[in-house]
Amino acid sequence: MLEIKNVYKTFNAGTVNEKVALNGLNLTLEDGDFCTVIGGNGAGKSTMLNAVAGVWPVDMGKIMIDGKDVTRLSEHQRAKYIGRVFQDPMMGTAATMGIDENLALAARRGSSRTLRSGITKKEHEEYYELLKTLDLGLEERMTSKVGLLSGGQRQAVTLLMATLKKPQLLLLDEHTAALDPKTAAKVLALSDKIVHENHLTTLMITHNMKDAIKYGNRLIMMYEGHIIYDVRGEEKASLQVKDLLARFEQVSDSEFANDRMLLS
Amino acid sequence: MDFFTSLLNSMPGAAAQGLIWGIMAIGVYITYRILDVADLTVDGSLATGGAVCVVLTLNGVPAWLAVLAAVLAGLLAGLVTGLLHTACGIPAILAGILTQLALYSVNLRIMGYGTGGGKANLPVSVDKYQLVVSSRHVRTLGLKNPIFVLVIICIALVALLYWFFGTEIGCAIRATGANRNMSRAQGINTNVTTVLGLMISNGLVALAGALLSQYQGFSDINMGRGAIVIGLAAVIIGEVIFAKVFRNFALKLTAAIIGAIIYYVVIQFVLRLGLSTDDLKLLTALVVALFLTVPYWKGKYFTRPTVKKGGNNNA
Repeated sequence: MLEIKNVYKTFNAGTVNEKVALNGLNLTLEDGDFCTVIGGNGAGKSTMLNAVAGVWPVDMGKIMIDGKDVTRLSEHQRAKYIGRVFQDPMMGTAATMGIDENLALAARRGSSRTLRSGITKKEHEEYYELLKTLDLGLEERMTSKVGLLSGGQRQAVTLLMATLKKPQLLLLDEHTAALDPKTAAKVLALSDKIVHENHLTTLMITHNMKDAIKYGNRLIMMYEGHIIYDVRGEEKASLQVKDLLARFEQVSDSEFANDRMLLS
Repeated sequence: MDFFTSLLNSMPGAAAQGLIWGIMAIGVYITYRILDVADLTVDGSLATGGAVCVVLTLNGVPAWLAVLAAVLAGLLAGLVTGLLHTACGIPAILAGILTQLALYSVNLRIMGYGTGGGKANLPVSVDKYQLVVSSRHVRTLGLKNPIFVLVIICIALVALLYWFFGTEIGCAIRATGANRNMSRAQGINTNVTTVLGLMISNGLVALAGALLSQYQGFSDINMGRGAIVIGLAAVIIGEVIFAKVFRNFALKLTAAIIGAIIYYVVIQFVLRLGLSTDDLKLLTALVVALFLTVPYWKGKYFTRPTVKKGGNNNA
């Protein structure tokens, strides 16, 4: 479903701030893979997701989604294939627009926008039912501005928006990191439910190793811009946090021992 | 008593001018509030609207058609600023200033067309031409009264814009202003929507310029100087007064128009009180600065610290 082939990306090339963010990155996701991504700060996790989403062009390499080469497509063109939830709850929604209007925007992802109505009566009814499934009471305040919602509520709405029109690929960039633990757990469980119900191919970055092990059928660990560990199926299911830590120490001379990844 | 009769006498004129500037204010509202871009093109495109309208009228084009042509010219000005900003990567505020400066020359050229060389001021007489609006009839009753015509135009514009910003394209423009990252993630080409918003805004501003030139009976190369500030003043006055009651989009646009009318009524008032017209722009700038400062200071110095820690159990 997703193929990342030998991708390189350097920021601020030629300056003192030069940073090789992706260094010969290779990754192939099968249809329906739910892959969690871990790695220390600056390992290139978010950079990988941004490269796939097309936030900026990569220096070298190729990115294919469902057999189509998207390397040269711009961010909004790739949106046709990709649903995204960001780390910052503010980033995924339009604060000054209603919940219903935000969903309507997402429903039109990938199709050309015309002078037809921006949100129809029929959609209203659909969104009512959809919001009901969140069990947050948002269906009763559909026309409220999203800016009035809490961080967790906004992430839940963003999740719906990312998956309202079934994407070929779902990118979750530490989407629960800014939430308190209880809310984070709820949003994570919701993500898991949506991914499974829709059989979505998913990349999910997390700093929580327990979550990385608990969710998905595959786990990759990144270090210095490429993947150093890739485990799936049975083997992944039997992973322990201490195994991951051992793995880290092995490749990075225990550099990670001090990293905030240990927080879990 | 004299003071009040003269003030009262000036009210129809203030209302007509307010309505014209209200259209301009809607243009500013679209960039400043909806698109979240500070566009300074408007100082130039207002004069462009006036120039195109008057020149075409003098060259024998029906006045209403000249007004339409002025709108097209405004759209074009917005397109230039939009492309400078999106395709060339120039910050919006600078892109607007560049277009505005270029328009000064362009406007002189336009006003020179068929009138014998670059003119800075071009009169158009209501006696010789069938104008859409003219200050001549501002105190007469009937269909010729510019207030009547302008109210109709304003209602039509608000209705049109209300419809447009409810369409898929209109929603995409609003989303672009609200959150560009999110818009791109939802497949919106934010460059296109930004250009589109700038075009619509400047089209409206040029329309105001065209109507203003007919109303006052001439177009002037400097008629747009400081227009952005007057537009902002109208938008802000409208918001301050009606923010609590007008939540609907059409009403918010109407608030900008009413804001412009209030602005002109107040101007008439202070002029009657003896303020020199030379000081008008200073006063306008001060008023806008004050209205922009108050909400900022309110948020900064007069907010009670609220406890906003910990989780939201409903989330």
